[in-house]
Amino acid sequence: MKILLSKPGLDGHDVGVKVLAHALKDAGFEVVYTGLRKSPEEIIKMAIDNKVDVIGLSILSGTHAIITQRIKDVMIANKLHIPWVVGGNIPTQDVETLLKLGPNAVFPTGTKVDEVVSYFKNLSATNNKQ
Amino acid sequence: MSITEKSKTTIKPVYLESGIEVEPLYTQKDVSKEIENEVPGQYPFTRGIHSLMYRNSPFTIRQYAGFATPEETNERFHFLLNNGQSGLNVAFDLPTQCGLDSDDQRAFGEIGRVGMTIDTLEDFEIAFKNIDLNKITVSLTINGSAIVLIAMYIALAEKWGYDIKNLRGTAQNDILKEFIGRGTWIFPVDKSVKLVIDTIEYCAKNIPKYSPVSVCGYHIRESGANPIQEMAYAFCIAKAYSDGAIQRGIDIDEFASRLSFNFDIYGNMFEQIAKFRGGRRLWAKIIREEYKAKNDNSCWLRMIAGGGGGGLTKEQPENNIIRSAYYALISALSGTQTMALCSYDEAYTIPTEKAAELSLRTMQILIHEMGICDTVDPLGGSYYVESLTDRFEKEIKEEMKKVDEWGGIINAVATGKIQESVSKQAYIREMGIQRGDVAKVGLNIYTKEEEVKPVDFHQYNEKAANKQITKLHAIKKSRNNDEVKDLLTTVRNDAQNAQNLMPSIIAAVKEYATVGEIIQVLKEVYGEYKEPIFF
Repeated sequence: MKILLSKPGLDGHDVGVKVLAHALKDAGFEVVYTGLRKSPEEIIKMAIDNKVDVIGLSILSGTHAIITQRIKDVMIANKLHIPWVVGGNIPTQDVETLLKLGPNAVFPTGTKVDEVVSYFKNLSATNNKQ
Repeated sequence: MSITEKSKTTIKPVYLESGIEVEPLYTQKDVSKEIENEVPGQYPFTRGIHSLMYRNSPFTIRQYAGFATPEETNERFHFLLNNGQSGLNVAFDLPTQCGLDSDDQRAFGEIGRVGMTIDTLEDFEIAFKNIDLNKITVSLTINGSAIVLIAMYIALAEKWGYDIKNLRGTAQNDILKEFIGRGTWIFPVDKSVKLVIDTIEYCAKNIPKYSPVSVCGYHIRESGANPIQEMAYAFCIAKAYSDGAIQRGIDIDEFASRLSFNFDIYGNMFEQIAKFRGGRRLWAKIIREEYKAKNDNSCWLRMIAGGGGGGLTKEQPENNIIRSAYYALISALSGTQTMALCSYDEAYTIPTEKAAELSLRTMQILIHEMGICDTVDPLGGSYYVESLTDRFEKEIKEEMKKVDEWGGIINAVATGKIQESVSKQAYIREMGIQRGDVAKVGLNIYTKEEEVKPVDFHQYNEKAANKQITKLHAIKKSRNNDEVKDLLTTVRNDAQNAQNLMPSIIAAVKEYATVGEIIQVLKEVYGEYKEPIFF
C-alpha cells in the first residue's frame, strides 16, 4: 500500500509526520511525504500523480476543521475516492466534528504511533481482500 | 579495585541521551585542573558571564505571548508598562511569518491564530500607539520575513522621531534553524542567510544597541536533536552568521556581543546543566581563539534557556507543572540570562491564561523562596558536574567538526543532511518513549485511565480576520501607489545587485508597502526554497 503524508496549511511542525513516515516505512509501507505548506490542490495532485492508496494529513496549528473541509472539496472536485485520515494536535472533542466532514479516521493528540500503523495495516488487509 | 569498579560489575550501565556513560561516582580525579582557576565573569565564563550573576539581579522572565490583532497587542503593552514590566516577546501569526498578506488565499483560516497579524506599517503604528519605544524592549519572534519586520520597527521609530542609535530590542531572525525545525523558511538557504547578514550589518552600523539575531538551539532540540547536537548546530549557525558579517568588513567585536542564544531544557538534569556550562566555555574559546575578539563581552554566551514543550505530556497534564518547575531550576543552575517556561497545557493547546500564570509563578517562587539568587554557580566544583562540563565541551566540539565534514552548516542544511540526522533521532526517541524504554511518568509508567476532559481551545476569530483584510484593502487604496511601485522596484534592483536590502525595505514600508508585496519581489529575484525530503 502506498501512503501520501502531507502538511497542509502554513504550520511548520513536522516532527510528528516524519516520525510516522519512519514508522510506516519500517512497517513495510511505501511512503511519499510532500513536505511543508502544501495547498489542498497540491496535495490532491500529488496523490493522483503518485497513484497513492491513502492520504494522511498532519495539522498542528488549530486549523484542522477549515483544512479538512477544503481537502474534502478538492477531492470531490478531482473525483478522487481513496481513504484519507487526519492527525495532529487535535482535541478529542473535535474528532466527531472532523469525522462528519469525511475522513475515514481522525487521530487526536496523544495517539500512539503503533495505533496509526495498525490502522494502516488493517486498511491494507481490507484493500487486498476487495 | 576501586569502589566504582567493584560496584560496576553488579549495576546496569547508565547512558545520557547524548550517549555519554555516567559513572556511579565521581571524584577529584575526574575533573580537569582548568576549573580551579575559573571565576564567574571572567574568560572563559564557564561559571557564568557576570561576576555576581543573580546576586546582582535575577534572571529576566520573558514569556512568549501571542495576541491576534495589533489593537489587542497595544492593550497588552499598556498593561505591562503600567505593571512595571518593560519587555514583551511578540508572536506573529503564520501568514506574517511566511510573508503572506492577510488577503492571500493561503492565509485563509490562519489570520491572527498563533500571534499578531502584520500587513503594513499601519499595524505597527496601532500596536505601539502611545508607547515610549525607549521604555520598552520588544522581542520580535520572526524569521523568514524578519528583514521586513525589523525594517518596519526601525521605520516606526524613525517616523516617530526617535534617534535609532539608542533603539533597543531583539529579533529571533535565525533562519538556518527554521530549515531544521519550525519551518517558516521562504527563500533558498544561501539567500536566506544573506538577508540575516544584511540585518546584522545594518544594525552594527546604525543601531548598535539592537540585537538582530537570537540563534536557536531550542527548535533544533525540539525537532529531535540530542543536547550535544543542539549546542553544536547552534554554534555552527552562529559562526555562519559571524563569518558572513566579517566578510562584509564588520569587526567581530562590533557585533558578537549583540548575538544571543535560545536553548531548550528537558531531559536529564545534570546533562542539561553540563551542556550549558561546557557550551559557555567552548563558545568563549571559539570567539577569542578563532575570531580573535578582544572584548570580553564578545565571548559571552548570552542566553534564554527555557523549559521546552518536548518534555511535556498530554497524559496527566498536571505532571507538567512539576516538570516545568524542575526545568526552571535547571535553567537557573545553568546561569541563564532569561527564562521562559512552556505552560502545562502546551502539549495540546495554546496556553490558557491560568496555565501561563502558573509558569510565571513557578519562576517567581524560584527567585524569591529558594535562595537560587544568593550565590553564583552553586554547582561549581561538583565532581560530577565539572567532569560532565568538560566532557560536553569536548563532545560539542567534535560534533561541530562533523558539520565541517558535511561542508559546513549552510551546505549541510541545504542538502538536508542535518534534517535527516535530527529526524532519525526524533523517531528513535519517540519509539523509545512509546515502547517504554525512555521513562515518562504518566505516559508509559504509573499510567491510569483518564477521563477525557474537553480542551479550552482558542476559537478562530473570523470577524477579526475580515476586519484585518478590510483594513489592508483600505490602506492599499489610500497610500501613494506610484511611490510604492517605485520603492518596490528599488528593492528588486538592490536584490539583483546584491546590495544590503535594509535601506530600500525601510523606505518601502514607510510608504505602506505590505509584507507580502516585499516578500513577493524577493521571491521573484531569489526563488523559493525546495525542501529536501528526508525522514
